Amino acid sequence: MINPYVPYPVTIDDIQVATEDKSLKTFRFVFKNPGDEEKFSYKAGQFAELSIPGQGEIPIGIASSPTEKGFVMFTVFKTGKVTQYLHSMKVGETMGIRGPLGNWYPWDTLKGKNILIIGGGFAFTTLRSSIKMMLDPKNRGDYGNIDVVYGARTPGMLLYKDELVEWEKRDDIRMHLTVDSEAPNWNYHVGFTPAVTEKVAPQASDDTYAIVCGPPIMIKFTLPVLEKLGYKHDHIIMSLENRMKCGIGMCGRCNIGRELVCKDGPVFTLDQINLTPKEY
Amino acid sequence: MKIYHIDRESWVKGLAASAEVYQLVGPVREKDDFDFKVLDKGQMPDLTGTDTRLSPKALVFPKSEIMMTFSTDPNDPDCNIMKEAKKEYPKRAVIGIRPYDARALQILKMNYDNGDYQDPYFLNAYEAITFVGLAVNSPSSTDFSTSCGTGPFDEKGLDVLLVAAGEEGDFYAKILTDKGDAWAKAAGFSKEAGSDVSTRIEAMKKTAEEAISSKIAFDKIEKKTVLELFEADHWENTAFACINCGTCTYACPTCWCFDIQDENFGTKGVRIKNWDSCMTGLFTLHGSGHNPREHRYQRTRQRFMHKLKYFADKYGEGIMCVGCGRCVRQCPANIDIREICETMNK
Repeated sequence: MINPYVPYPVTIDDIQVATEDKSLKTFRFVFKNPGDEEKFSYKAGQFAELSIPGQGEIPIGIASSPTEKGFVMFTVFKTGKVTQYLHSMKVGETMGIRGPLGNWYPWDTLKGKNILIIGGGFAFTTLRSSIKMMLDPKNRGDYGNIDVVYGARTPGMLLYKDELVEWEKRDDIRMHLTVDSEAPNWNYHVGFTPAVTEKVAPQASDDTYAIVCGPPIMIKFTLPVLEKLGYKHDHIIMSLENRMKCGIGMCGRCNIGRELVCKDGPVFTLDQINLTPKEY
Repeated sequence: MKIYHIDRESWVKGLAASAEVYQLVGPVREKDDFDFKVLDKGQMPDLTGTDTRLSPKALVFPKSEIMMTFSTDPNDPDCNIMKEAKKEYPKRAVIGIRPYDARALQILKMNYDNGDYQDPYFLNAYEAITFVGLAVNSPSSTDFSTSCGTGPFDEKGLDVLLVAAGEEGDFYAKILTDKGDAWAKAAGFSKEAGSDVSTRIEAMKKTAEEAISSKIAFDKIEKKTVLELFEADHWENTAFACINCGTCTYACPTCWCFDIQDENFGTKGVRIKNWDSCMTGLFTLHGSGHNPREHRYQRTRQRFMHKLKYFADKYGEGIMCVGCGRCVRQCPANIDIREICETMNK
């Protein structure tokens, strides 16, 4: 019997401050034991428990793409006991990762479809994983148009800026970056994500799916925009968050109705979410 | 299927003999209540009470259990690497578990072996146990087990069903599984009961079931949608008296929620699994401060929705309640799941 509570030991390989307020850092981990990377084989949209002995565990979306080999990457907001400690850790230190956990964006359904990605703030991690995966030359042909609306409070609060700039230059993905208000040297959109979505999003069709991941306020105002554009609820895909411990569907705290966000989710269509209590 | 007749003397001898092979566990009196404990050599289970105060779930799901150990000493080559705690799972016979409690542990097993993942702590403990249950001849006034897909003579979760045979301290022992057979062999029980024993047990079962006057129905709950039940306007009223103390969740044989915590002792530490309760605000509190179940009534609602609707919908195995009545008896605010079920089932 495999013990699903025992994390894989990993070494912190790289740490980068991810935002101007230093509240987010991006960590790269390398597996200590040969073979563990293979066992950790994941899909874009899944999460893992970052496990620090003596501190605890936190469920965090996987920010690296399955097409990136040799490491896994997570961007973590400093907020509680474990994340505070993680932010103080150094390159070379050992900790654990448990996963991959949860389901993923429905890549089989999305094959051959146009994809509208809408992200806000630091919920861009699994979206970064998804974009990176789709843009891989081996995969790009599997998808139609890719539109990305990504907003943050200020330019300095956008994650993965180097890559955003790089993707902006490509012709096989349309980037629609936005910040809340005018900023020096900012040449892209200004305004909240829902408003920008309304302006730039492709019209709804059977072949177009929206993936929405962001803070509750962004989601609240983005869903009506998508409805107005004609997106059906089974074409709107969301990733939910709830407090978690086990991550394997046993400890009982992350449920929305009968669904467990950790195991049946975190990815649900709006259609599915409509049938459950809004306890997230 | 064999049914043995065990007189008092053989019972005492048999338990002693089986204790050579099995670690025996049974109800032990503690002040005014009973609790399941590992029996000392020669100690007999006290089968005079109906239910233990806490359910026997701690046998497979301890209140607090070490899962892993670690060192945070930077000089230790295994610094910060979690190690599975070394555990022994001796062969155990649990004597005198009530049939509906044994069924409750099967319900726990559905959670801890969910198809994708197996909790080895639960499953190893569960597999090591031979369940020697004791039928309930005189159900309590709060027993509504027959409404819950189990009952005072339910055999589903058992390896052996003991039935108090009427004469002083005699039992009939109905062997239900190979595990049960192995235990009976170890105990040396061999005197087969008379040919009319099945009829006698059936009659006793019928009498016990008929003595249960407390019934619940959930036929309408089954048909209603989750949202209809969840958004019903009675919840604040229904939950008004609930102080969210969590007594029901700890006493309940089917409540399976747990927390994971690390404890440090200098540079050594353990990761432990503890009983948790959906009655606490911290249970669902997000790191951001947002809490999807911020209000007390929302937590009470969660407990009853889980037991009577979510579980039933998810597994198709009835409700997540075996009708033992512990929560009804122990709630300090007199909240009664039977009344709540009735409200939901309107």
